[in-house]
This record gives sequence, structure tokens and C-alpha cells, in this order.
Amino acid sequence: MTQSLHEPKLALHVEDLTVSYHSKPVLWDIDFDVPPGVMAGIVGPNGAGKSTLIKSVLGLVPTVAGHVTLHGRPYKAQRRRVGYVPQRSSVDWDFPTTALDVVTMGLYGRLGWLRRPGRREREEAMAALELVGMQDYAGRQISQLSGGQQQRVFLARALVQQADVYFLDEPMAGVDATTERAIVDILRRLRDEGKTVIVVHHDLQTVRSYFDWLLILNVRVIAQGPVREVYTADNLKRAYGGQIALLDEAAFVERNDAARAAEAPR
Amino acid sequence: MTLAEMLQDYTIQNVVAGAALLGLVSGVLGSFAVLRRQSLLGDTMSHAALPGVCLGFIIAGTRDIGSILAGALLTGALAALVMLMLTRLSRLKTDAGLGITLSTFFAMGVVLLTHIQGMNNASQGGLDAFLFGQAAATLRSDLWIMGGITLIALTLVAALWKEFKLVSFDAEFAASLGLPVVWLETLLTVMVALAVVVGLQMVGVVLMAAMVIAPAVAARQWSHRLEGMVLLAALIGVAGGIFGALLSALSRGLATGPLIILSVSAVVLVSLTLAPERGFAWEAVRRWHARRRLRYQQVLTTLYRLAMHHDDPGFPSEQGMLDTYHGLRTRGVLRQLARRGLAEWRPGPPDEPGPPRRWVLTSAGIAEAERVLDRLGQEET
Repeated sequence: MTQSLHEPKLALHVEDLTVSYHSKPVLWDIDFDVPPGVMAGIVGPNGAGKSTLIKSVLGLVPTVAGHVTLHGRPYKAQRRRVGYVPQRSSVDWDFPTTALDVVTMGLYGRLGWLRRPGRREREEAMAALELVGMQDYAGRQISQLSGGQQQRVFLARALVQQADVYFLDEPMAGVDATTERAIVDILRRLRDEGKTVIVVHHDLQTVRSYFDWLLILNVRVIAQGPVREVYTADNLKRAYGGQIALLDEAAFVERNDAARAAEAPR
Repeated sequence: MTLAEMLQDYTIQNVVAGAALLGLVSGVLGSFAVLRRQSLLGDTMSHAALPGVCLGFIIAGTRDIGSILAGALLTGALAALVMLMLTRLSRLKTDAGLGITLSTFFAMGVVLLTHIQGMNNASQGGLDAFLFGQAAATLRSDLWIMGGITLIALTLVAALWKEFKLVSFDAEFAASLGLPVVWLETLLTVMVALAVVVGLQMVGVVLMAAMVIAPAVAARQWSHRLEGMVLLAALIGVAGGIFGALLSALSRGLATGPLIILSVSAVVLVSLTLAPERGFAWEAVRRWHARRRLRYQQVLTTLYRLAMHHDDPGFPSEQGMLDTYHGLRTRGVLRQLARRGLAEWRPGPPDEPGPPRRWVLTSAGIAEAERVLDRLGQEET
């Protein structure tokens, strides 16, 4: 079947997207493009619709208007090329299962109906656990893992999906410094392999050092583009309003590229 | 009646087989219901089955098990649907939605039941047995229906095992993979309704929810894998069913359904108390050990600090001083230290007044105290 591609040069293309909840707009008229091979951050105040944006791209929440394409095709046709890391708090970690089993779940889409994961799947899952440094915890009950370890397991589950575009919802929330560093390293490696990584992020301090593409969101798009151009005091003020006063402006706005060096391992 | 005689009794055979089937299907499906936090949905559906039972009777005109169970399934599923609509479309929270649906449907059931009893129809005899169950009324033909439902449910669970697992653990991720999450969740809910229907005759609408919840809760205590939990829940359900049925056959006049529920609940109680890592008793023992270790380390480091303070590794400490410092008698702990060779009960200097014997750290004790302090220091930073 031949189908003309819509904006094939973009890894993610979102046009006129509107999402509402109880007739209140959560996302309003979003136009958002991400070129392939970048690490993109999505920031904005609480309730700005950051998670909702990711979920509506993945078809997890109904949209009122607008369309989304990934590498030129709608999501339904591109599922196998997408990896997803939901918020860690969205699941019950007391569920009776092991770390390896959770990672194997990333392969269920490829396996299809009625087929059970076999040795090959277990090996792939094990390799992904090794990538995130969790191979020694493969057989561990997931409730016994620390927050950072749980997040790594979730990341490994997305890695086995062998995707071209990765969506991560607050992967750095509530994890220790070591895990944050490990996660960022893995995401950078993915980007360097030419994959596209899109991250909902909450910590403005690290935006400059982690990302090369940025969307500032507050129900509407406030600004988007390369981090250098978009990450300005003015844009942040427009997105965060009064809340910006709570943050130490000088600490993050005036940081230039020298900050990158300071981010090196202490 | 001996056990062997009992097992040859036709009625008892039926009851035991029915109870075992019920335990099997509700153990397996209950595991998913409990993990998806839908235990109370089972309760709502079982209460909501009552109007269906009555409608089935009114339509069939007799106590025909097929139409009664079909009616029960219908209103049970309808109640689940109403509850979902209520929470989706209004701002009602889940617990309120469940409560309202449960009581409304149950009230309708009771009204219909009293209406039927008022009709003075001779064949209505024992319809109210569906309230608390009447296991002795189980017929061989009922067993075939129960067996059929159980077989269908188990086959579906086996075939869709990994999908059900993923939907129960992380429905959002399942949806992102393209799984039909709504259908899978509906299927799981409908199957719980089926399990409820299976149990109506045996344990009745009021107690049926316990049969769905209890085996799963007990099994969760002992297993860290979904496979293990489901198998164990099935086993507990079957064992509880058989045990309860036999118990009621032994002691004439005691109701079977409630005895089955009590048997399963006993397993829950034991599991909540004794299961390794998750049980109360386990937790209490662990705390006791931790407290003992803490006190032991504290006394050790106090001896060490006293010695350091006096610039004398062999400083003899008086026990009264240690007791005062810790506000409790330290004799037991000190003896424990002595047993491990970390401290010694030595005669004090001969020329000094005061108690003749005092506590002195050995070199192993000093090393151990330094290790403990080191570790504490690390944890602080």
C-alpha cells in the first residue's frame, strides 16, 4: 500500500492539536515539530499538559482536533518505531513480578497474540538490563527495587522496543544522582545513534546541559526550537508567570555553555 | 458417617465438586481483580446478580438454572457498566459509584424477590436461597454448567496470559503497544461476573465477593510472581471449597457457603500473619532484631567513646554509668558483647574504690566499634 507521507523529514510532527477534559482545554492548538536525531525536552509549569501531550501523541488520550505524524505516518502505522517510558508513579510497584519480566513486556507488541516470550526474548531483555546496569537485579521482585532502579527497569523496557523515537515522561523525577547520570548517558547514546528522544522534564536547572531541542509549554506552545534560542528568561517568564520568582533566575537563565563543563562528573 | 461414606453420598459428591470448581475459577479470576484493585467490583456484581436471578425466574416461570444464571450474568454485567458510566461521566469517585450501584441493584433484587414470594407460586421454593446460597441443592446438571464456565475462563486466561498480565500491571503501556486495552479489561470484568454466577448457588450473592477476593489476597502473601500467585490462589480456593463442603457435611445443619468462606478466610488470616516478608509476624520479628542490633551497637559505641574520651583503649567502664547513659539495664547487651569477644568483664584497678569489676573493650571490640561508627558516618553524608 502506498501512502503519501506527511512531513516525512520530521521525527515528530504535531499540528493544531487540542485536547480537553470536562470541556476545559488541557492543550490548545499545539503545533510542535521535532527533527530526527535530537534530544528534545518538554518543560512547563504543573498542569501545563506536558504528559498529556505525550499521551495524545501515543493515542492514549482522545484528542478533540489536530493530527500527529511520526516520520511521516500516523502513530498507528508506526507503533513498532516508538518506545515509551510512562511516569514511574503510574503503576503499582507491588505487582507480583520481577525486573526481567517487566523488561520483557516491552517485546509483547512484537510477539503478537498467543505467543509467549521464550529464550530469545529473555536474552534481549537481559541485554537491555545490562545496558542500564541492572543485570544483577533481573530476578528481583520489583517492589524491592529503589525508585532509581525502578526507573532504570522502565527505561530498559523501552530499550528492548528498538525504537526510532522514544518518549519519556519525567524519567528523572525522584531518582538519585547516579541514576539520573546513567539515564542521561543512555539517552545521549541513543541520540548519537540517530534516534530521537523526547523527554518531559521538570528541572529547569539541567535543561541547557541535557537537551538540544526544547518545547516550552503552558496549555499553548510558548516557544520551541533549538535550546540556545528558546531557553530565555523572557520565554520562561511567559510560561511560568509568577512562579518564576520562586526560582533563582540567575542560576539557570544566565548559565552559558560553560555550564556544560561544570556538569561533568564531580 | 465416615469420610469414605461421605464421599460416596451423591449429594455430597455434587457439593464438593461444585465447591472445588467455584474455588478454582474464583481463585484465578480473583487474582486479576485484586491486582487491578477491583475487588469491590466483584462485590457490586454479585449483589447486582440478585435482580437477574429473579428476572430469570419470572421469565422462565420455574427455577430453571440456565435462565436464572443468564439473568444473573446480565444484571451483574449491567451493574459493572453502570458503575463505569457513573465514574466516567459524572464526578463521582469509584467507591461512591460502587456503593450506589451495589445498593440500588440489590434493593431491586429484594423487591423482586418479595414480589415473587407474594405470587404464591409453588415452584418459587428456595429462590431466597440465592441470598446466602444453598449448596445442597446443587444438581449434577448444575455442575456441567459450572464446569463449562470454569473451562472457558481458564482457557481464556491461558491464551491471553501475557496480555492480561500487562494490562493489569501497566494499562497505559499496553495501549501504547496497540493492545485493545478496553476490550481486555472488559473481558476480565465479564469473567469475574461469570465466576460470581458460578458461585451464586453455592455461597449466595452476599458472600460471593469474599470467594473472589480471599484466595487472591492470601496467595499474594506467599508469591512474588503472577504465575505463582494465580496457581496458589486456585489451590487455596479449591482447598477452601472442599474443606468447607466436607465440614458442613460432617456437622449437620451448618450452612455450606459460609463455611467455605470461613475456611478460605482462615487461610487469609494465616497468610497475613505468617507469610515471609509480608506477614505481620515476620515484620515484628524483623523489628525486634533491628532494635536489638541497634541497642547492641549503641552500647558498643558508648564503651568506645568513653575509652576515647579518657585516652585509654583499656578504660574500665562501670556498669551503672552505662545503665544511666542509656536509661535502661545494659547487662544483657553487655553479656552478649562479652560472648562475642568484643568486651570483657574484668576486675578493676585494685587500689580504686567502687565496684570490683568493670567492662573493658577488647581489641576486637574496638575494631568493631570503629567499623560501626564508620558506617554511620557514611550514611550521614
